[in-house]
Amino acid sequence: MSANADTSAKAALTQPMREAPSLSLTERLIVMPVVLPLLTFVIILVLWEAATRVFAIPSFILPAPTRIIEGFSAVTPSRWSAHVWATLRVALIGYLVAIAVSLPIAIGLAKSRLMSRALYPLLVVIQSVPVVAVAPIIIVVLGTDDAPRVVITFMIAFFPLVVSMTTGLMATPPELIELSRSLRAPQYREITQIRLPYAVPYIFSGLKISVTLAVIGAVVAEFVAADVGIGFFIQFSTSMFRLPQAWAGLVVLVAMSLFLFQVVSLSQRLFFPWSLPKERR
Amino acid sequence: MGLATNAIDFRAVGQVFATESGPLTALDDVNLTIAQHEFVAVLGPSGCGKSTLLRLTAGLMLPTEGKVSVYRQPVTRPRDDVGIVFQQATLLPWANVLDNVTFPARHKRGRVGAPDRERAAEVIAAVGLKGFEARLPAELSGGMQQRVGIARALFLNPDILLMDEPFSALDALTRDAMGYELLKLWQASPKTVMFITHSIPEAVLLADRVIVMSARPGRIVADMPVPLGRPRDESALRAPEVQDFAAHLRELLIAKEPSL
Repeated sequence: MSANADTSAKAALTQPMREAPSLSLTERLIVMPVVLPLLTFVIILVLWEAATRVFAIPSFILPAPTRIIEGFSAVTPSRWSAHVWATLRVALIGYLVAIAVSLPIAIGLAKSRLMSRALYPLLVVIQSVPVVAVAPIIIVVLGTDDAPRVVITFMIAFFPLVVSMTTGLMATPPELIELSRSLRAPQYREITQIRLPYAVPYIFSGLKISVTLAVIGAVVAEFVAADVGIGFFIQFSTSMFRLPQAWAGLVVLVAMSLFLFQVVSLSQRLFFPWSLPKERR
Repeated sequence: MGLATNAIDFRAVGQVFATESGPLTALDDVNLTIAQHEFVAVLGPSGCGKSTLLRLTAGLMLPTEGKVSVYRQPVTRPRDDVGIVFQQATLLPWANVLDNVTFPARHKRGRVGAPDRERAAEVIAAVGLKGFEARLPAELSGGMQQRVGIARALFLNPDILLMDEPFSALDALTRDAMGYELLKLWQASPKTVMFITHSIPEAVLLADRVIVMSARPGRIVADMPVPLGRPRDESALRAPEVQDFAAHLRELLIAKEPSL
């Protein structure tokens, strides 16, 4: 009995020192955030490389990963950065314009039933227009500099923002709105001190969707008319039948999307930690 | 109470809401007078217009019939001397306890000054949350959250405190404890309290007077003083006349419940 108590006391003492001793290898792999997806990725790359070699797949159908890496050296680093910067610039400006336009619209939709009845169907119609089909028209109307590309990016990125912001602004508990009214506070403070902060989790889910859409928008615009940018580079490379370097451009685009998505996620974690579900803080 | 002035006065008040299935009468011919610093519980089944009574007093809505007055002035808009505690604490999840309590100042005037922080410290201590000023609502229990809700309502030192089933979301033990604490607060700093509830023991424990309402349309069916002195404790609640009173309230409520 006493020996038992002694060992259990010792166990209790050493417990915090040990690092989750009961977890098996598989469980530990599941818990670790990076290792397992990275491992899967590497396995796929190896299989891919092997398949292209074993079956002698021509590079214009599916280039091997090593050929894609070679594709990166097709143009100089300074040319790469020019392409990246062109796409990134258009994506970011279009994204910021989309945020700046959707916020007042969302406030109007949330605050006024009249405005929501009048505007919402129109927004849905605009959203239903296939932007890829309108892009050539926009280019003709607005010329060939950044402006039409920003407009195309904006059109693709802004609808999820309006929807998520409006939903968020309407998600405030009605009691807080009553509290605000009972204090006879100025109307704008109901927005700035109650509704907007309450909408933050919703706004960020919209921001995350839209930031990747903004990259798509920039690329679509470059497909139609551009002389620089990753979208242009991919189209140009395919037209010259240089598929490995087109794939390299694709890899850059994926990296750009992931990077922007992470920036948005991180800024939520950094500046609005309370807006995340508890287990992810 | 002798020369007590009337704090809240309802004269032939009716409230009809326009709904999609036609007009809904929430209140019908309600006459009610609450004296200054009286603690009145409004007891009734759900959907009997109890909350409408509270919102009319707060000036958050205007009656479609009759007149509601607070301190002899007809209520046309929210007043400064009325504080509200809601069923859910409804705190700001991004603000700590101190910022939640000072929220009325920040919201009304745009800034929180040193006197505001002093006052906040006072009410936070009064509700027993000293030392928790920097906690976020998510780090507090349901009972503690509602204490913050009460502190927020007391912060502007209202003369009238409107409470809309404030303890109904809490577990039974916390609920009893909160009731006794509310009585202590009320005795230390007397206020006119309109306490909406559907719990008979809660009404009997807390109130000077119990108003019983019926549902659809909301009408007052009884208005009775609680046969209990103050201060109150659990032993006083077990007295036979108190038990009879509670039984009588139960009969009134069951008789008026349309579904039974």
